[in-house]
Amino acid sequence: MSEWEPKIVAFLCNWCSYGSADLAGVSRLQYPHNIRAIRVPCSGRVNPKFILAALRQGADGIWVSGCHPGDCHYIEGNLYARRKFTLLKNLLDYTGMEPERLHFSWISSAEATKFAETARGVVDAVKTLGPARHFIKREAEVA
Amino acid sequence: MRAYTGRIREAAKRLLAENRVDVVIGFRKGTIPLMNEPYLIKSVDQVNQLYWDSNCGINLANYLPKRPDRVGIVAKGCDSRNIVVHILENQIKREQLYIIGVPCKGMLDRRRIMAERNGREPLFAEELEHKVRTVRYELDLTRDRNYFLQDNCRICTHRNPVIYDELVGDLVEEQQVDRYTDVRKIEAMSAEERWEHFEKLIEPCLRCYACRNACPLCYCPTCFVDEARPQWVGKSLDKTDTRTFHFLRAFHVAGRCTDCGACERACPVGIQVRQFTKKMEKDIKELYGYEAGVIADERPPLDTYRPGDPEPFFK
Ligand code: SF4
Ligand code: SF4
Repeated sequence: MSEWEPKIVAFLCNWCSYGSADLAGVSRLQYPHNIRAIRVPCSGRVNPKFILAALRQGADGIWVSGCHPGDCHYIEGNLYARRKFTLLKNLLDYTGMEPERLHFSWISSAEATKFAETARGVVDAVKTLGPARHFIKREAEVA
Repeated sequence: MRAYTGRIREAAKRLLAENRVDVVIGFRKGTIPLMNEPYLIKSVDQVNQLYWDSNCGINLANYLPKRPDRVGIVAKGCDSRNIVVHILENQIKREQLYIIGVPCKGMLDRRRIMAERNGREPLFAEELEHKVRTVRYELDLTRDRNYFLQDNCRICTHRNPVIYDELVGDLVEEQQVDRYTDVRKIEAMSAEERWEHFEKLIEPCLRCYACRNACPLCYCPTCFVDEARPQWVGKSLDKTDTRTFHFLRAFHVAGRCTDCGACERACPVGIQVRQFTKKMEKDIKELYGYEAGVIADERPPLDTYRPGDPEPFFK
């Protein structure tokens, strides 16, 4: 088990958080390789279905990141997203999933350091929990 | 509540005779006791089949989305709230509707009556003042009607229609109740207990989707459960698929669900699916101060935002 590394699916918005990941790379900032970045136009584009789909396909943790409130490229996409994810996370908690598997953040394209730090935080949190099994089918586990 | 039948017939007759509407949607007596069926009439000679008693728990708002004609509809409190939701979501126009409002004192839960009768269906049922009597040969049972109310009716705070064009009786007193005792009970469990709780709850689910079909909110042309590319929910009876279905169904009705109970009523295996939706309802009320289908000109909570919305766990 000591070899186990979590898989984190990160939905990053094109205009801010993805930019910060890019900048982190260009600036040679180190962050764990467990992050699988998926670029989305806006954090508001992330449907709860995506998050469930990731969990069902073996993600151990999910991280959604967008522009700071007020800085959304589409003016208000992240503000709708905020409501959506608050409710989503509450419902996941309520139905028994560990809350530490789901992470949300606001990171602007200039905040490469915050990106790297948050990435480390997310990976650490999920690592402590161990592999996510809740949404994995039994048969898939055997294979 | 049975006195309403006459008033409903009268209204339907008038509306159809005066050509104010093209159809009237109401209930007629079902073919077995304790079950009434939705009934849509287009001509005056059918009005005498319209009927009302405490077995009209199906939500008639389910028959409204995208109707092009003028509709008279019989609506109790929850139905009227779902009508408001439909209007907000552009499924029908207020001008198309003539709402025959029914002040409601709660609907009967057939399962509760069955349980009380040791699982045997009655051959005859009647409603007396505040009582329900069911009969089959050896067992003649009369009980307080409140004893048999549906779960959601027990905690209903909108018994009176929120919009209507006429009422079939005097407004009834609204209940002052705590709607969320059961949700809080679950919230107090540990994560593992909660997972187990829901695992047990949905275990008998057949994935027949009756709960979805009974719900007025589920009018999408293609439901996410039927989508194949991408496939969000597996078609199997695997636990994770069933869990995904219930989870996403609850999320999909977030801020729209009126707790009408039609889903629970429709479930053939008696799963309390409202345990998922009520959590959403509670959170939305606490976080955004919104109650579905009550105010006709407020945007639904997931279709709007406030700059200062709470963000307890955003980094
Ligand atoms: S009606 Fe009941 S059995 Fe059918 S899908 Fe819904 S919860 Fe499952
Ligand atoms: S989810 Fe159930 S309680 Fe809510 S509106 Fe739909 S049928 Fe009614």
